[in-house]
Amino acid sequence: MNKIVVEGLKYKYPLSDTLALDDLSFQVKEGEFIGIIGKNSAGKSTLCQALVGLVPHFYKGAYGGKVFIDGLEVKNQTIADISLKVGMVFQNPFTQVTGSKMTVYEEIAFGLENIGIPRSEMIARIDYVLDLLKIEQVKDQNPFDLSGGQMQRMAIASIIAMKPDILVLDEPTSQLDPAGSEEVFQAIQSLSKQGITIILAEHKMEKVALYCHRVLLLDDGKMVDINTPGKIFSRGDLEQHGVAAPVYTRVCKELGVRKAGTSEFPVTLAEAESVLRGRKI
Amino acid sequence: MIKVSDLSFSYRKGTPVLSGINLELDQRSTAIIGQNGAGKTTFVKLLKGLLKADEGDIFVNNHHVKETTAAELAKTIGLVFQNPNDQMFKRTVLDEVMFGPLNIKMDKQQAKENALMAIRMVDLQGKLDINPHDLSLSEKKLLCIAAIVAMDPDIIILDEPTIAQDHAGKEKIKQIIKALKDKNKLVMTIIHDMDFVAENFERTIVFNEGKVLLDGDTRQVFSQKDMLKKAHVEPPGITQLAEMLGIQETILTVEEFIHRNKEAARD
Ligand SMILES: Nc1ncnc2c1ncn2[C@@H]1O[C@H](COP(=O)(O)OP(=O)(O)OP(=O)(O)O)[C@@H](O)[C@H]1O
Ligand SMILES: Nc1ncnc2c1ncn2[C@@H]1O[C@H](COP(=O)(O)OP(=O)(O)OP(=O)(O)O)[C@@H](O)[C@H]1O
Ligand SMILES: [Mg+2]
Ligand SMILES: [Mg+2]
Repeated sequence: MNKIVVEGLKYKYPLSDTLALDDLSFQVKEGEFIGIIGKNSAGKSTLCQALVGLVPHFYKGAYGGKVFIDGLEVKNQTIADISLKVGMVFQNPFTQVTGSKMTVYEEIAFGLENIGIPRSEMIARIDYVLDLLKIEQVKDQNPFDLSGGQMQRMAIASIIAMKPDILVLDEPTSQLDPAGSEEVFQAIQSLSKQGITIILAEHKMEKVALYCHRVLLLDDGKMVDINTPGKIFSRGDLEQHGVAAPVYTRVCKELGVRKAGTSEFPVTLAEAESVLRGRKI
Repeated sequence: MIKVSDLSFSYRKGTPVLSGINLELDQRSTAIIGQNGAGKTTFVKLLKGLLKADEGDIFVNNHHVKETTAAELAKTIGLVFQNPNDQMFKRTVLDEVMFGPLNIKMDKQQAKENALMAIRMVDLQGKLDINPHDLSLSEKKLLCIAAIVAMDPDIIILDEPTIAQDHAGKEKIKQIIKALKDKNKLVMTIIHDMDFVAENFERTIVFNEGKVLLDGDTRQVFSQKDMLKKAHVEPPGITQLAEMLGIQETILTVEEFIHRNKEAARD
């Protein structure tokens, strides 16, 4: 079943004279894990915001085409209604903090209180996400006294606690340590396996290659391609679009080694290891 | 250039954030890596005199930090904040970058010259009159780097400069670090991107729970897999691949990997 349908989406921010999103069309199935990649200013964050309705409802501007979430057209819904289905983790966690709560615990509780989750359920969900994101030890700290990575973990925790059907994450692990980043990707993957639809904007190509079912490549607001990581990262014109393939793909391209029986290059550590094993190095 | 002895610090009594840190930092370009909450940002704020140590001493270019005014230190050591919103407060990009130089009493002409040069370095010359808050996150990070570079301090500390940068942005920051190093400045960078560490820094220091767990040549540090794991970091992707393929020495970059491959093919 298609969970998200985007048809000819065009968008221009107010006062801007170029399209930030230029005629995008694609569909996403329930439980799919989609990566959005592209250079800075390609339109990744704008597309994320179009899925949660901040574009156009909050930003205004010129809007054309259609975005459907579960069959409902985003343009005709309120941000509040969309937020019941779609949760978003913002690129800069700082902008996501309410500023009105004294502790991390209350900060995470805030969203749950707003949608009227019963107290016992609320406590269970908060305990779960504090543990999942490993921020149990700072739960009584003021959100603004957290380290950068802890704040980003809190931002992810607050949204996962809401249990949305669709999770939109805008570079959610940019400030996480390598182990934490890996854990978060695994947690997101497990949500996707439970049927939650994931849209993730990301510059960490190794993670996109390992975890995403399909990858949407944006450039200048236009969709260049949407395909499997293997197909996307094997494209010869990736650099022209300002994207560097995963390091594993780059070495294999350099050595001219493809995956057996295909025209694709390896995109993950395991794939690269398997094609290079046995070579004299 | 920096000497730290027996440094300890806590935000609240009873919960130490840093304890017993001893470090000497020289001109080698240096990366600081480690787990979220390990105390990396706290450490560099102490170096810059923004926080006061509970115990221990810090000397920056022979200034005893405890006894030096913030204004005096600002000429010597510059810190690019992890969160750009904590650093920016002017109305335009140009004013933001000129603020630091003017604040350390550089004359106006020189301040403007330095500012324009630093802005060109980060490729924001087309946005001089833009309000910094209207820039994207990656541009804000670059603006904050320019604001510190314009002050021309001997020591420049970058707190996670590559956040939100695409490939070209990282390349830009790489060039900036190199240019600063060529001018004999100490560049110290806190960072979670291990590939970037391997490609750009001679020395790597690993923080773990408020202490220094590892410190040495980057290659030597990335050869200690178990210790890295303890600190919630890991060797770069290419290093992991080389290791899985049974290569004995620690490979740090794609170039090294390819070079080795070609040598092997020739034998
Ligand atoms: N609030 C805004 N007002 C006007 N223009 C904007 C606004 N936000 C983004 N833009 C512009 O829209 C285009 C797409 O920006 P967007 O933030 O979506 O890119 P991105 O792919 O997320 O980039 P990054 O990798 O830097 O996060 C850019 O040209 C940007 O300058
Ligand atoms: N103003 C503050 N008040 C109280 N505790 C704080 C404050 N700032 C930081 N801390 C705590 O001190 C510890 C170290 O924080 P610091 O910001 O130095 O970590 P870090 O190593 O830079 O982490 P990250 O990689 O997440 O940026 C963390 O547990 C954090 O919650
Ligand atoms: Mg973005
Ligand atoms: Mg930090």
